[in-house]
Amino acid sequence: LPAAVLLKDTKLMDVKLGQLGSWLAMRDFTPGGILGAVRRGHERYYNKYINVRKGGLGGISMVLAGYIVLSYMWSYSHV
Amino acid sequence: MLSRLVLRAAPAALRALPPPVAVGVLHTTRPLHTTQQSLAPVPPLPEKGGEVRHGLIPEEFFQFLYPKTGVTGPYMLGTGLLLYLLSKEIYVVNHETAAAACILTVIVYGIKKFGADVGAFADKLNEEKVAMAQSMKDNAMKMLQTAIEEEKKEQWRVEGHSYLFDAKRNNIAMLLETNYRERLLMVYNEVKKRLDYQVAMQTLKRQKEQDHMIQWVEKNVVQSITPQQQKESIAKCILDLKALSKSAHAAV
Repeated sequence: LPAAVLLKDTKLMDVKLGQLGSWLAMRDFTPGGILGAVRRGHERYYNKYINVRKGGLGGISMVLAGYIVLSYMWSYSHV
Repeated sequence: MLSRLVLRAAPAALRALPPPVAVGVLHTTRPLHTTQQSLAPVPPLPEKGGEVRHGLIPEEFFQFLYPKTGVTGPYMLGTGLLLYLLSKEIYVVNHETAAAACILTVIVYGIKKFGADVGAFADKLNEEKVAMAQSMKDNAMKMLQTAIEEEKKEQWRVEGHSYLFDAKRNNIAMLLETNYRERLLMVYNEVKKRLDYQVAMQTLKRQKEQDHMIQWVEKNVVQSITPQQQKESIAKCILDLKALSKSAHAAV
């Protein structure tokens, strides 16, 4: 019987829909925590798509696509 | 880049080091590192990055939707989303859309045509970098290997030192012996010279005494021969000579 894991330690994909609110409230929102989260996200993306031997197009193209979508969203009122 | 990887891997490796024995009892669920050095061989980079379909959507999304909707699920989702955005005017079609369409066409054409070549070129650059690093590592290994062999030879030479020292000791012993003998000879010679001198002095003295005595005796004897005795002896000699001559005449 595996030891019960705290809600704090579960990953996002394992969180049930009903627990989402409490899970979100438990996250670390201090500046240090936010910075750590940004760094971790960056590391995950970097190590998965860019820091490889034969990197492909998808690595940067996804970043560019995300930038395009975000800038469209921000400038929607001007359109 | 590799050093950054090491730096990033360091905290994970440090966390994975075996905890002290007293606390080890509590962490039985965590896997413990059994190797001695978990930092030294850096894990190699993965060969290919995460799969991305159409250059925009990661493969995991398709896999995520596959159990529920099959293969065409994500495409239907994409089409529906696009139609929704267009019909509700969330995405507005204006002059920028035309520009974007032209630009995207050109980009996609360019990528399709030259993508492989650019990839091969980048791979070649990477290969050169890796080859240089590898050659440096090989050089270092070779130099260390030769250093090890040199060291072993030096250690073997040290074993020969005992023979060297024995030979040197023999040499020194011989030198000492020779020196000692030389000095002994010198001493002998010196002593002999002195003794010879003493002997020579004695003989000389004796000789001088003898000579002197003989001379003195002769002198006295000659002095004691008075003139009268001299005449008598000369007359006797003449008579003897005459007698001799007579006998000689008779013999002839």
